[in-house]
Amino acid sequence: MRPGWQRCFRGVVEREFLRFLRQRSRFFASLVRPLVWLVIFGTGFHSVLGVSRIPPYDTYVLYEEYIVPGLVGLILLFNGMQTALSMVFDREMGSMKVLLVSPQPRWYLLTCRLVAGVIVAVPQVYAFLACAWLWGIRPPPMGYLYALPAVIVSGLMLGAIGLLVSSVVEQLENFAGVMNFVIFPMFFASTALYPLWRLADADPVLATVAWLNPFSHAVELVRFALYGQVDSLALEVTVGVAVVVMALAAWRYDSGRILRRQLGTAAT
Amino acid sequence: MSAPASALVVRDVTHAYSRTALDGVSFEAAAGEFVVLLGLNGAGKTTLFSLIAGLLNLQRGSIEVLGNRLPQQREEALAATGFVFQQPALDLDLTVAQTLRYHAALHGLPRREAEWRIEEELAKFDLAGRTGDLVRTLSGGQRRRIEIARSLLHRPRLLLLDEPTVGLDVPNRRAILERSRRLCREQDVTVLWATHLLDEVKDGDRIVMIHKGRIARDFACSASNRVADRFAEATTAEAAE
Repeated sequence: MRPGWQRCFRGVVEREFLRFLRQRSRFFASLVRPLVWLVIFGTGFHSVLGVSRIPPYDTYVLYEEYIVPGLVGLILLFNGMQTALSMVFDREMGSMKVLLVSPQPRWYLLTCRLVAGVIVAVPQVYAFLACAWLWGIRPPPMGYLYALPAVIVSGLMLGAIGLLVSSVVEQLENFAGVMNFVIFPMFFASTALYPLWRLADADPVLATVAWLNPFSHAVELVRFALYGQVDSLALEVTVGVAVVVMALAAWRYDSGRILRRQLGTAAT
Repeated sequence: MSAPASALVVRDVTHAYSRTALDGVSFEAAAGEFVVLLGLNGAGKTTLFSLIAGLLNLQRGSIEVLGNRLPQQREEALAATGFVFQQPALDLDLTVAQTLRYHAALHGLPRREAEWRIEEELAKFDLAGRTGDLVRTLSGGQRRRIEIARSLLHRPRLLLLDEPTVGLDVPNRRAILERSRRLCREQDVTVLWATHLLDEVKDGDRIVMIHKGRIARDFACSASNRVADRFAEATTAEAAE
């Protein structure tokens, strides 16, 4: 990397924060979405679904309590896709070029964007956990501290997936497809809303899909951390997927494919 | 290490999308030279700029910016180059100062130095006092001037401007052109100015005429070597073939 890489990082983070601050609705949307699940869905299924003693819980837990880590994952998932959306927006508006002609390696510039996205996501997660606390979902106090690294690692993985998605999606209009083909399948076919053993009872194939889904591992990483434990498999999978997907995204951005389509059709 | 004689060396560059956009393009630009890259829409100017910027990967040929070969020394080349893209590349919801600070940070400028340079560049472009204004509230000409001021913040030795005056009124066009020429004269910056507008050329300018992806003419503009005639020759000769 060239000298000034720290300033470059600070600049990217600052811009992401400014962008976040001027989109106040984004903050509320990120909060309302999981709260709707918690308050309406969670209450609705409260008496239907209880969760028996499974790690990391040392007793039976209510359904609302079970889904909180999954909803943290939902915030991170949407935030990752928001990163993808803003990358595609920047590409269409031309400001992506300003980033790409900066004298730092492309992988580093993308990593700055990724980390900036996660830094913006962390306050959203804790605002949601505060609301959940008010709703009566109260993990051990130290869990809030232990959850921080898990939230960061999970956010990095989901943000990296978002960056890869942004390298594939050609236009903003295609983002409805991202909802249908990335967000919904990742969220619903995971352990965010139901434990794996329940899924296995209902449909072993779906349980396998959920087990293979990296989002499940991100959720489990946060779930265990909230209760002061480490799920080492979840940690390994989350870190591994983050590294591999980020490398793929960096390769796609570095290979000139991203702007090639745009330039090839727009102007020569 | 002594500075290279040529600020930009483009050799035998060929690039194709679904069709060929550049075909064996070669030329050099010396330090402090004002080079007009003249060509019709679709001639290959933007593709050439994108290759120099490293936004596209070279398929054939070579490009050197101030002695730095692309893509191996891309970061070094980018550190010494300023870009003004054809399509405006501004975040409309940032203020002028935030826009320029972002660019300064991307180039690793210390904050205090960046603030000083921002003030200096804005003053040169008659935009002092607009630092707190949102970019979206500025006129087209002002936005273009912000982009040029931005491209100069890191003191580039090579400045690439891709049709920077498109859509601007005459006074704004004149001001931007004059400021760019002054950079060559006073600061020895090499300027590559892409345009399709003949009235932006003046006597003494070096003209590199690009047509259908090839260098059609490369000459110094003068009273006896009028650009309009040479442009007509180049484009009609192709049609006759």
